[in-house]
Amino acid sequence: MNIKKILPQLLTLLVVILIFGFFSYNAQVNMENRGITFGYGFLSQESSFDVQFSLIEYDGSHSYFRAYLVGLLNTILVSVIGIIFATIIGVVVGIARLSNNYLINRTAAVYVEFFRNIPLLLQIFFWYFAALRALPLPQDTEPMFGVFFLTIKGFFVPAFVWNNLDVFIYSIIAAIISIIFVRIYAKKKQENEGIQTPVLSISIGLILILPILSFIFGGVDASVEIPVIKQLSQSGYTYEGGIKLPPELISLALALSLYTATFIAECVRAGVQGVSKGQKEAAASIGLTPNQVLKLVVMPQALRIIIPPTTNQYLNLTKNSSLAAAIAYPDLVLVFAGTALMQTGRAIEIVSITMLTYLSLSISISIFMNWYNKKIAIKEK
Amino acid sequence: MKNLNFLQPDNKNLSTYLYTGVTLVSLSIFIVFLNSFFGKDLISFLPETISFLLPLVLGFIGLHLIRIDYSGLKFLDTVNKNINTNNFNAFLSLLIVFVVIKSLPPLLSWFIIDANIAGDSKDVCTGNGACWTYIKIWFNRFMYGMYPNPEQWRINLSFIALGFLGCLGFFATEKFKKYLTLYYVVIYPVIAFFFIFFFISGGPIFFDFSYGIIAAVISIVLGFFIPSKFKMYYFIIVPITFYILLKYVFFYEELIELGKLEALEWVETGAWGGLSLTFIVSFFCLIFCFPIGLFLSLGRRSDLPIIKYISIGMIEFWRGVPLITVLFMSSVMFPMFLPEDMFIDKLVRVIIAISLFEAAYVAEVIRGGLQALPRGQYDAAKSLGMGYWKMHILVILPQALKLVIPGIANTFLALVKDTPLIFVVGLLEIVGMLNLAKTNPEWLGFAMEGYVFASVLFFIICYAMSKYSYNLEQKYKTER
Repeated sequence: MNIKKILPQLLTLLVVILIFGFFSYNAQVNMENRGITFGYGFLSQESSFDVQFSLIEYDGSHSYFRAYLVGLLNTILVSVIGIIFATIIGVVVGIARLSNNYLINRTAAVYVEFFRNIPLLLQIFFWYFAALRALPLPQDTEPMFGVFFLTIKGFFVPAFVWNNLDVFIYSIIAAIISIIFVRIYAKKKQENEGIQTPVLSISIGLILILPILSFIFGGVDASVEIPVIKQLSQSGYTYEGGIKLPPELISLALALSLYTATFIAECVRAGVQGVSKGQKEAAASIGLTPNQVLKLVVMPQALRIIIPPTTNQYLNLTKNSSLAAAIAYPDLVLVFAGTALMQTGRAIEIVSITMLTYLSLSISISIFMNWYNKKIAIKEK
Repeated sequence: MKNLNFLQPDNKNLSTYLYTGVTLVSLSIFIVFLNSFFGKDLISFLPETISFLLPLVLGFIGLHLIRIDYSGLKFLDTVNKNINTNNFNAFLSLLIVFVVIKSLPPLLSWFIIDANIAGDSKDVCTGNGACWTYIKIWFNRFMYGMYPNPEQWRINLSFIALGFLGCLGFFATEKFKKYLTLYYVVIYPVIAFFFIFFFISGGPIFFDFSYGIIAAVISIVLGFFIPSKFKMYYFIIVPITFYILLKYVFFYEELIELGKLEALEWVETGAWGGLSLTFIVSFFCLIFCFPIGLFLSLGRRSDLPIIKYISIGMIEFWRGVPLITVLFMSSVMFPMFLPEDMFIDKLVRVIIAISLFEAAYVAEVIRGGLQALPRGQYDAAKSLGMGYWKMHILVILPQALKLVIPGIANTFLALVKDTPLIFVVGLLEIVGMLNLAKTNPEWLGFAMEGYVFASVLFFIICYAMSKYSYNLEQKYKTER
């Protein structure tokens, strides 16, 4: 250790400590002047504000912590919806980009270039303020397939009313667990004896049959509740029953999935193109069928390239869902860093909790990704 | 005419297949075309479901008939190879063609035929089309925000001047080529900074700008007489020293009082907005985030533990949080961290926040390039006796940066697309202005036109950027 190595480190450390010290000293002085003490005790206080859309029971009499949970759940909801649709669209467009049909290829390229070169915020605004505002009023809506109602006030879909829902859920869990066992068994069998088990059809059978059995023997019963139009006032109508998806949620999920799908499409394309032609030819030359080539040779290698950047895109989508604040979808940022902050004035605590939430989410995913990357990396001798 | 097998067209009866097929395909396209452009339905006598599907079926059969391998006709082979390789492809091709034909008339009529652009009030917009009058009337606001109209020439002039100065690199002769990096990395940003903060902002500080320019010119002229060994240090130190001397030693404020000319009107940053603000914010963030990111990436790969872990902490923190919370932090939390009497302008805070945020992404991109370089490059540089900085500046960075041009371009694109988020702190660039205009009671109901207009603008900017980066990538590509 010589002075040339220690000096820059000490200097950097000193600068960082000075900056932090300066900030925390000022923060203390400022808070003293305003008469607030630093602390997270306010989380258990009554929040006394309402939230438009919530997955759990919530009103003004609940605590700020409950409001935080409401926001977090709404963020997770829109992220999950967005991730599902972005994956579907992204994979389809990515494969279309690889098509040798000129028209399909170009259409996919135009889609990708167009949607990824426009700011996400602009797209959210477009869907929310321009496109969804052109929808009909509840009383003028034509039902889709008789049960779905797409109106300016939101998307009304039928809801299931369950009897013995828990038995049904247990049956699905049981199906998933047995599928996992079947997969392990099939893998072992292939490694030991070289015989392939039709895992896919067995899995589909299991996930269909077990829930059906729960209907027949478990006393599970489901009926469908269709939304019905209801007059509120002279000219105000709404739908009752069923599930209401608010327009904020729809436009946010739509914009997020269309935007992120362009990036996922590029990941998929890069992944499939990244598998060298020699691999396919080699696989074919040892007598594998085209299906087997795809399943055993191309896909495992393509997925190795596709999955890491795609996970990154999922993470981006989750972080981008915070743009919800712009159209008043009650996500974590709007409910907690917006309304709760306005009410309590506790800027430091609330912003730090919000940032920590996102930070822990993305760090845990990136730790998982590092682990996964190490696991699937090609082990070279 | 023997063996006419319609299920498997072949080369023998080429003309029969060809004429039948082409007739069927043209017929189907013609039906859809008539229907969509002129509203005439040739086959309306058929039941609705059949008449809806008939063009598709006709075209499908037609495409099937002309799918002949090695027909000998060049055009036919090209068509078959590109859009008609099998039944599924043919079906998708037809579908795309029909959707395009179907969607053209409504789009055309909305954009052009039924649209209005004349006049200067909402009343002229009567048709079903777009109301471009709205864009025309609000154009100034969309471009300049609340910047006072008579002063807008200052923004135009600054942008033209900066654009011109930015293009100087393309005209540089061989002799000046070696100064280009210095020019773009140090001098140009400084000039741009003076321009924007003192000329666009205006006010008495305008004199700061003039003294700054004088200082810069004198130091550049003197710079040519300095031995090249010290030039690097010279160009960093001297202009700053000059500036400090002018400001604090020669008491130039009194000079201003003495020669108080008609100064430019001061326009506070809150009034800036529109597309020009988008440019200003992205320009500065671009300039700042690159060096910060470069240092962070070097820090992350450093073997000095404290620097390494501070860099990792910085990078992972900024990458882990959404930009909107960073902006929230800069607007509501950051003032708590400053002394009571200290105030930093909103725009400056936003630029710092976005720069730090994007710098973390730039750092990760550059790290990728650094990691991609073979170890031999480091070893070779070290064996020549190069120190850390010399090795990085002369050997490592030129190669690593070349590798990561696409990644950096993507980060910059993301930056430009992120600028609308500054609405969180109340700065209204073009998307913010659109939302403001949309709620104006005299111009209700034109949200669509506004968003389409902004989308087109952003698309042009971002698409041009990505194409330019692609060109750069091709230009600096080196074979390994």
